[in-house]
Amino acid sequence: MSEAGATKKFLYINRKAPYGTIYAWESLEVVLIGAAFEQDVSLLFMDDGVYQLVKEMQTKGIGMKNFTATYAALGDYEVNKIYIDKDALTERGLTLDDLQHLVWEDENEDWAEKDSIHLVGRDEIADLLDEQDVIFNF
Amino acid sequence: MKLGIMVNEGPYTHQASDSAYHFTKAALAKGHEIYRVFFYHDGVQNGTDFTTPPQDDRNVVKRWSELAGEHGLDLVLCVAAAQRRGLVDEDEQKRHGKTGHNVAPGFRISGLGQLIEAGIQADRLVVFGD
Repeated sequence: MSEAGATKKFLYINRKAPYGTIYAWESLEVVLIGAAFEQDVSLLFMDDGVYQLVKEMQTKGIGMKNFTATYAALGDYEVNKIYIDKDALTERGLTLDDLQHLVWEDENEDWAEKDSIHLVGRDEIADLLDEQDVIFNF
Repeated sequence: MKLGIMVNEGPYTHQASDSAYHFTKAALAKGHEIYRVFFYHDGVQNGTDFTTPPQDDRNVVKRWSELAGEHGLDLVLCVAAAQRRGLVDEDEQKRHGKTGHNVAPGFRISGLGQLIEAGIQADRLVVFGD
Protein backbone atom coordinates (compact mmCIF):
# COMPACT_ATOMS: atom_id res chain seq x y z
CA MET A 1 0.00 0.00 0.00
CA SER A 2 2.49 2.61 -1.05
CA GLU A 3 1.90 6.30 -1.57
CA ALA A 4 2.23 7.80 -5.03
CA GLY A 5 5.87 8.14 -5.94
CA ALA A 6 7.08 5.77 -3.23
CA THR A 7 9.56 3.07 -4.18
CA LYS A 8 8.33 -0.49 -4.28
CA LYS A 9 10.25 -3.73 -4.14
CA PHE A 10 9.99 -5.56 -7.48
CA LEU A 11 11.18 -9.15 -7.87
CA TYR A 12 11.50 -10.84 -11.25
CA ILE A 13 11.65 -14.62 -10.95
CA ASN A 14 13.14 -16.46 -13.92
CA ARG A 15 12.37 -20.17 -13.93
CA LYS A 16 12.71 -21.36 -17.51
CA ALA A 17 15.61 -22.20 -19.82
CA PRO A 18 16.71 -19.28 -22.06
CA TYR A 19 15.53 -20.86 -25.29
CA GLY A 20 12.68 -23.28 -25.95
CA THR A 21 10.15 -20.69 -24.82
CA ILE A 22 10.15 -16.89 -25.06
CA TYR A 23 9.64 -16.28 -21.33
CA ALA A 24 13.30 -15.58 -20.49
CA TRP A 25 13.66 -13.00 -23.26
CA GLU A 26 10.33 -11.30 -22.60
CA SER A 27 11.17 -11.24 -18.89
CA LEU A 28 14.41 -9.41 -19.63
CA GLU A 29 12.47 -6.89 -21.75
CA VAL A 30 10.29 -6.08 -18.73
CA VAL A 31 13.36 -5.73 -16.50
CA LEU A 32 15.03 -3.31 -18.94
CA ILE A 33 11.92 -1.14 -19.35
CA GLY A 34 11.18 -1.34 -15.63
CA ALA A 35 14.66 -0.08 -14.76
CA ALA A 36 13.63 3.40 -15.95
CA PHE A 37 11.05 3.58 -13.14
CA GLU A 38 13.70 3.63 -10.37
CA GLN A 39 12.14 0.97 -8.19
CA ASP A 40 13.96 -1.40 -5.83
CA VAL A 41 14.57 -4.27 -8.26
CA SER A 42 15.82 -7.80 -7.65
CA LEU A 43 16.11 -10.78 -9.98
CA LEU A 44 15.89 -14.41 -8.90
CA PHE A 45 16.98 -17.30 -11.07
CA MET A 46 15.70 -20.72 -10.03
CA ASP A 47 14.70 -24.07 -11.56
CA ASP A 48 15.84 -24.20 -15.24
CA GLY A 49 16.09 -20.40 -15.10
CA VAL A 50 19.67 -20.78 -13.88
CA TYR A 51 20.59 -21.82 -17.45
CA GLN A 52 19.81 -18.26 -18.59
CA LEU A 53 23.07 -17.02 -17.08
CA VAL A 54 25.36 -19.73 -18.49
CA LYS A 55 28.27 -17.98 -20.20
CA GLU A 56 29.43 -18.19 -23.81
CA MET A 57 26.17 -19.44 -25.23
CA GLN A 58 25.99 -20.05 -28.98
CA THR A 59 22.60 -19.77 -30.66
CA LYS A 60 23.55 -19.83 -34.32
CA GLY A 61 22.58 -23.48 -34.62
CA ILE A 62 18.99 -22.81 -33.60
CA GLY A 63 18.68 -19.66 -35.69
CA MET A 64 17.78 -17.40 -32.80
CA LYS A 65 19.21 -14.12 -31.58
CA ASN A 66 21.51 -14.58 -28.60
CA PHE A 67 20.01 -12.20 -26.07
CA THR A 68 21.87 -13.48 -23.02
CA ALA A 69 24.80 -11.05 -23.46
CA THR A 70 22.32 -8.38 -22.38
CA TYR A 71 22.47 -9.66 -18.78
CA ALA A 72 25.97 -8.16 -18.56
CA ALA A 73 24.43 -4.70 -19.07
CA LEU A 74 22.05 -5.00 -16.10
CA GLY A 75 24.60 -3.35 -13.78
CA ASP A 76 24.49 -0.23 -15.96
CA TYR A 77 20.71 -0.15 -15.46
CA GLU A 78 21.28 -0.26 -11.69
CA VAL A 79 19.86 -3.75 -11.57
CA ASN A 80 22.46 -5.26 -9.27
CA LYS A 81 20.68 -7.63 -6.91
CA ILE A 82 20.72 -10.92 -8.75
CA TYR A 83 19.92 -13.98 -6.67
CA ILE A 84 20.50 -17.54 -7.76
CA ASP A 85 19.04 -20.63 -6.13
CA LYS A 86 22.28 -22.46 -5.35
CA ASP A 87 20.54 -25.83 -5.07
CA ALA A 88 19.07 -25.37 -8.56
CA LEU A 89 22.62 -24.83 -9.85
CA THR A 90 23.96 -27.92 -8.07
CA GLU A 91 21.06 -30.09 -9.24
CA ARG A 92 22.00 -29.24 -12.83
CA GLY A 93 25.71 -29.89 -12.37
CA LEU A 94 26.55 -26.20 -12.63
CA THR A 95 28.75 -23.96 -10.50
CA LEU A 96 29.20 -20.20 -10.35
CA ASP A 97 32.15 -20.56 -12.75
CA ASP A 98 29.77 -21.72 -15.49
CA LEU A 99 27.84 -18.46 -15.31
CA GLN A 100 28.48 -14.97 -16.62
CA HIS A 101 30.33 -12.75 -14.17
CA LEU A 102 27.82 -9.95 -13.58
CA VAL A 103 29.05 -6.81 -11.88
CA TRP A 104 27.99 -3.25 -11.08
CA GLU A 105 29.87 -0.11 -10.13
CA ASP A 106 29.14 1.42 -6.73
CA GLU A 107 29.12 5.21 -7.08
CA ASN A 108 29.25 5.56 -3.29
CA GLU A 109 32.59 3.77 -3.19
CA ASP A 110 34.43 5.50 -6.02
CA TRP A 111 32.80 3.27 -8.65
CA ALA A 112 34.24 0.12 -7.13
CA GLU A 113 33.25 -2.95 -9.14
CA LYS A 114 31.08 -5.33 -7.15
CA ASP A 115 29.50 -8.70 -7.82
CA SER A 116 25.80 -8.57 -8.67
CA ILE A 117 25.24 -12.30 -8.19
CA HIS A 118 24.38 -13.73 -4.80
CA LEU A 119 23.92 -17.46 -4.27
CA VAL A 120 21.03 -18.13 -1.92
CA GLY A 121 19.49 -21.15 -0.23
CA ARG A 122 15.80 -21.98 -0.41
CA ASP A 123 15.12 -20.68 3.10
CA GLU A 124 16.60 -17.33 2.04
CA ILE A 125 14.42 -17.38 -1.09
CA ALA A 126 11.34 -17.66 1.10
CA ASP A 127 12.45 -14.54 2.99
CA LEU A 128 13.23 -12.76 -0.29
CA LEU A 129 9.72 -13.46 -1.62
CA ASP A 130 8.20 -12.37 1.65
CA GLU A 131 9.64 -8.87 1.53
CA GLN A 132 8.48 -7.99 -2.02
CA ASP A 133 5.65 -5.69 -3.09
CA VAL A 134 5.41 -6.90 -6.69
CA ILE A 135 6.49 -10.31 -8.02
CA PHE A 136 6.73 -11.28 -11.68
CA ASN A 137 7.16 -14.97 -12.35
CA PHE A 138 8.51 -15.84 -15.78
CA MET B 1 -8.59 -2.18 -3.03
CA LYS B 2 -6.93 -1.04 -6.24
CA LEU B 3 -5.89 -4.07 -8.32
CA GLY B 4 -3.65 -4.55 -11.33
CA ILE B 5 -4.20 -7.67 -13.43
CA MET B 6 -1.64 -9.36 -15.68
CA VAL B 7 -2.61 -12.07 -18.19
CA ASN B 8 0.27 -14.09 -19.61
CA GLU B 9 -1.38 -16.82 -21.68
CA GLY B 10 -3.55 -16.83 -24.78
CA PRO B 11 -7.23 -17.82 -24.79
CA TYR B 12 -8.59 -21.39 -24.99
CA THR B 13 -5.26 -23.27 -24.82
CA HIS B 14 -4.86 -22.12 -21.24
CA GLN B 15 -7.37 -21.21 -18.55
CA ALA B 16 -5.41 -18.14 -17.38
CA SER B 17 -7.55 -15.64 -19.30
CA ASP B 18 -10.79 -17.25 -18.07
CA SER B 19 -9.55 -17.13 -14.47
CA ALA B 20 -8.41 -13.53 -14.86
CA TYR B 21 -11.79 -12.59 -16.33
CA HIS B 22 -13.76 -14.24 -13.51
CA PHE B 23 -11.44 -12.73 -10.90
CA THR B 24 -11.76 -9.25 -12.42
CA LYS B 25 -15.55 -9.51 -12.64
CA ALA B 26 -15.79 -10.73 -9.03
CA ALA B 27 -13.45 -8.00 -7.79
CA LEU B 28 -15.56 -5.33 -9.53
CA ALA B 29 -18.75 -6.84 -8.05
CA LYS B 30 -17.18 -6.53 -4.59
CA GLY B 31 -16.49 -2.84 -5.20
CA HIS B 32 -12.75 -3.07 -5.88
CA GLU B 33 -11.09 -0.85 -8.46
CA ILE B 34 -9.28 -2.41 -11.43
CA TYR B 35 -6.42 -0.06 -12.28
CA ARG B 36 -5.49 -1.88 -15.48
CA VAL B 37 -5.46 -5.30 -17.15
CA PHE B 38 -2.15 -5.88 -18.92
CA PHE B 39 -1.75 -8.67 -21.50
CA TYR B 40 1.74 -10.06 -22.08
CA HIS B 41 3.41 -13.03 -23.82
CA ASP B 42 0.70 -15.03 -25.71
CA GLY B 43 -1.79 -13.17 -23.51
CA VAL B 44 -1.99 -10.52 -26.25
CA GLN B 45 -4.03 -13.02 -28.29
CA ASN B 46 -6.90 -12.26 -25.91
CA GLY B 47 -7.25 -8.98 -27.77
CA THR B 48 -7.74 -10.11 -31.38
CA ASP B 49 -11.09 -9.21 -32.87
CA PHE B 50 -10.68 -12.00 -35.43
CA THR B 51 -11.50 -14.63 -32.80
CA THR B 52 -14.53 -16.68 -33.88
CA PRO B 53 -15.12 -19.58 -31.49
CA PRO B 54 -18.03 -22.01 -32.02
CA GLN B 55 -21.39 -20.52 -31.03
CA ASP B 56 -21.89 -22.89 -28.09
CA ASP B 57 -18.57 -21.87 -26.49
CA ARG B 58 -17.68 -18.72 -24.56
CA ASN B 59 -16.14 -15.87 -26.56
CA VAL B 60 -13.13 -14.96 -24.42
CA VAL B 61 -12.24 -11.84 -26.41
CA LYS B 62 -15.77 -10.46 -26.65
CA ARG B 63 -16.26 -11.10 -22.94
CA TRP B 64 -13.28 -8.87 -22.09
CA SER B 65 -14.52 -6.18 -24.50
CA GLU B 66 -17.97 -6.20 -22.90
CA LEU B 67 -16.55 -6.02 -19.38
CA ALA B 68 -14.39 -3.09 -20.45
CA GLY B 69 -17.45 -1.36 -21.92
CA GLU B 70 -19.46 -1.85 -18.75
CA HIS B 71 -16.78 -0.77 -16.29
CA GLY B 72 -14.43 1.43 -18.31
CA LEU B 73 -11.57 -1.05 -17.88
CA ASP B 74 -8.15 -0.19 -19.30
CA LEU B 75 -7.18 -3.30 -21.32
CA VAL B 76 -3.59 -2.98 -22.55
CA LEU B 77 -1.77 -5.23 -25.01
CA CYS B 78 2.04 -5.06 -24.80
CA VAL B 79 3.23 -3.57 -28.09
CA ALA B 80 6.39 -5.68 -28.42
CA ALA B 81 4.54 -8.90 -27.61
CA ALA B 82 1.66 -7.87 -29.91
CA GLN B 83 3.88 -7.10 -32.89
CA ARG B 84 5.56 -10.50 -32.64
CA ARG B 85 2.21 -12.23 -32.57
CA GLY B 86 0.24 -10.38 -35.25
CA LEU B 87 -1.85 -8.03 -33.15
CA VAL B 88 -2.19 -4.79 -35.12
CA ASP B 89 -4.22 -1.62 -34.48
CA GLU B 90 -5.05 1.01 -37.13
CA ASP B 91 -1.90 3.05 -36.49
CA GLU B 92 0.32 -0.02 -36.62
CA GLN B 93 -1.44 -1.18 -39.79
CA LYS B 94 -0.51 2.07 -41.54
CA ARG B 95 3.01 2.14 -40.15
CA HIS B 96 3.82 -1.41 -41.20
CA GLY B 97 1.66 -1.56 -44.32
CA LYS B 98 -0.46 -4.48 -43.15
CA THR B 99 -3.68 -5.63 -44.83
CA GLY B 100 -5.87 -5.17 -41.78
CA HIS B 101 -6.12 -4.43 -38.09
CA ASN B 102 -7.51 -6.68 -35.42
CA VAL B 103 -7.47 -5.08 -31.97
CA ALA B 104 -10.84 -5.77 -30.36
CA PRO B 105 -13.01 -2.97 -28.86
CA GLY B 106 -11.90 -1.88 -25.41
CA PHE B 107 -8.28 -2.96 -25.93
CA ARG B 108 -5.36 -0.66 -26.71
CA ILE B 109 -1.73 -1.29 -27.58
CA SER B 110 0.94 0.30 -25.40
CA GLY B 111 4.36 -0.30 -23.86
CA LEU B 112 5.68 -2.34 -20.96
CA GLY B 113 5.90 0.84 -18.89
CA GLN B 114 2.15 0.44 -18.45
CA LEU B 115 2.77 -2.86 -16.65
CA ILE B 116 5.40 -1.40 -14.33
CA GLU B 117 3.12 1.55 -13.64
CA ALA B 118 0.31 -0.87 -12.71
CA GLY B 119 2.72 -2.60 -10.29
CA ILE B 120 3.55 0.75 -8.70
CA GLN B 121 0.07 2.26 -8.58
CA ALA B 122 -2.05 -0.78 -7.64
CA ASP B 123 -2.22 -2.15 -4.10
CA ARG B 124 -1.83 -5.66 -5.54
CA LEU B 125 -0.71 -6.94 -8.93
CA VAL B 126 -2.40 -10.27 -9.61
CA VAL B 127 -0.79 -12.44 -12.29
CA PHE B 128 -2.53 -15.15 -14.31
CA GLY B 129 -0.58 -17.72 -16.31
CA ASP B 130 2.32 -20.11 -15.72
